[in-house]
Amino acid sequence: MIEPHISIRDLTMAYGPRVIQRDLNFDINKEDIFVIMGGSGCGKSTLLKHMLGLLKPAKGDILYNDDSFFQASMEQQDNMRQRWGITYQSGGLFSAMTLAGNVNLPLQLYTSYSASDREDIIAYKLALVGLAGYQDYYPSEISGGMRKRAALARAIALDPEILFFDEPSAGLDPISSRLLDELIVQLQESIGATVVMVTHELPSIFGIATNSVYLDVNTKTMIAYGDPRELRDHSEQPVVRQFLARESGSPQEEQA
Amino acid sequence: MSQQPPGFELLTEDRDSAVLMLNGDWIQGQAHRDFQVLKDDLLGITASELIVDGSQLGQWDSVLMAFLLQSFNQCREDNIAFRARALPAGVERLLDVATAVPTHVPPPEPKARWYESFNPGSLVLEFWESTVESLAFIGELGIALWRLVLGKANTRFSDFRTFCYQAGPDAFAIISLTSVLVGMILAYLGAVQLQQFGAEVYVADLVVIGMLREMGVLMAAIVMAGRTGAAYAAQLGTMQANEEIDAIKTMGISPMEFLVVPRMLALVVAMPLLTLYANLLGIIGGGIVSGGLGVTPLMYIAEGETALQLSHLMVGLIKSVVFGILIAVAGCRSGINSGRSSAAVGQAATEAVVTAIVYLIIADAAINIIFQQVGI
Repeated sequence: MIEPHISIRDLTMAYGPRVIQRDLNFDINKEDIFVIMGGSGCGKSTLLKHMLGLLKPAKGDILYNDDSFFQASMEQQDNMRQRWGITYQSGGLFSAMTLAGNVNLPLQLYTSYSASDREDIIAYKLALVGLAGYQDYYPSEISGGMRKRAALARAIALDPEILFFDEPSAGLDPISSRLLDELIVQLQESIGATVVMVTHELPSIFGIATNSVYLDVNTKTMIAYGDPRELRDHSEQPVVRQFLARESGSPQEEQA
Repeated sequence: MSQQPPGFELLTEDRDSAVLMLNGDWIQGQAHRDFQVLKDDLLGITASELIVDGSQLGQWDSVLMAFLLQSFNQCREDNIAFRARALPAGVERLLDVATAVPTHVPPPEPKARWYESFNPGSLVLEFWESTVESLAFIGELGIALWRLVLGKANTRFSDFRTFCYQAGPDAFAIISLTSVLVGMILAYLGAVQLQQFGAEVYVADLVVIGMLREMGVLMAAIVMAGRTGAAYAAQLGTMQANEEIDAIKTMGISPMEFLVVPRMLALVVAMPLLTLYANLLGIIGGGIVSGGLGVTPLMYIAEGETALQLSHLMVGLIKSVVFGILIAVAGCRSGINSGRSSAAVGQAATEAVVTAIVYLIIADAAINIIFQQVGI
């Protein structure tokens, strides 16, 4: 079943007069694990922020299930956002709340579960990410990898249709990042969500991605789209092959 | 699709196994029986295996998962094997993921005895700790200042200049407003009383002496405590939360020299200047009110001049230097000792303002008493 879930249409992103990426056109299909890749400074995180509605496009639009996000009313935008789960680069956990408090917040705001049900659901969500029993810990009391997983628990609190990750494995050791990747796949398969990830970790890209887009720094647009394993072996763009094969490019290409 | 209320039933299949039949729609908005009921039922059986049967299960979401997870954990506790039968594939997979890692049991916290909650010893200890912390801070600050005098300190002049600007010219607007109004208030207060003796002209003495010795500097200090002291605490607290202070320490730079000294010196320079400015505006404010009460500007100036003595001005300026140090110490101390969360930074800013104002009032009273005794 290939059905576009998120469609990027003619998107041009700019900070004032400085254009970051122009003329982006691609679809993210339902139940894909989609990776946005590219060298440092190419605008991966900026693209993610546009998809999340934190930044407004200079031109173009982003469609969710064929509904424009940026032309929707505030209320419709909020409704769309409730179906997303997001984990930020450094977690984005509320440092003044315990893990239970963090997971509880979206449940309390957007669902009609009773308090005791919420407590059970919090225990279950934390167990899903391997943090059973850590309800009363504060984010500052746990390790970086656990914080990422706790942020994931908060992101899946409302059983989202789309999960966004900004550099999920940045700053994690290889084992933790592998476990996190496995967790993402398992969750994706079980709840049938669409996953959108910004990353440049090659093991993650080859391990779990089913589709991807490559944003180029120099031409300021996307130059490749498709399964990353395919791209590594058959892309027409030498830059993309180099990126995926982890070869060093010519000095000109390294400038960002 | 009509929804069935969710439910479960515990059946005994044969001697060894019990079956937990799930039925209905386990979704948000449907009241379901409590887990406690199942727990009680489980206690009543002797089976060594629990089979969860989902053949009559309708829709499901996290409610069901939370329930199953509790059942699973209960079974593990009671050494009952847990087996799934005809559960939707998603449920089984999620349950596998959720139960892959055993539950973490937080280390037991030492139990506080009932009388410990109002133990006066802890109050004394707290006071002692904060005193030690303050003394350590002041000591380190003293060392940093001494190194500055020796020319060995890592204090950057450019930082000092920026902080001077923030503590000085940036504060003009708010200082202007408060001091004009305080001057006017002083004049009103005095004029009403002095009019009873026909001595309105002495309003000028009251305003000039009042502003120079007391109100000009105190108002400026309170405004600066709320403005700059809180800002220092928030800056340093955020730096602490971001591990910036750790970075400074590991570069071999003393945070005292690099962060606290320029801020404090900036306030020490800015406070007397602001006080002079506040004095001037306060006296002008008093003049405006006096004019309205029949004291002509010329009379006000002439009378004011007799009251304008250097000693009054010096009292205010000496206070302003002391207050500047106190505001900076209160702000920086709270910031540097702040915790590492957003709530802790807020707490540090609050603490900075509260302690600064307490320090100010106590110091003001003490300085007044000393000058009274000395006779200035």
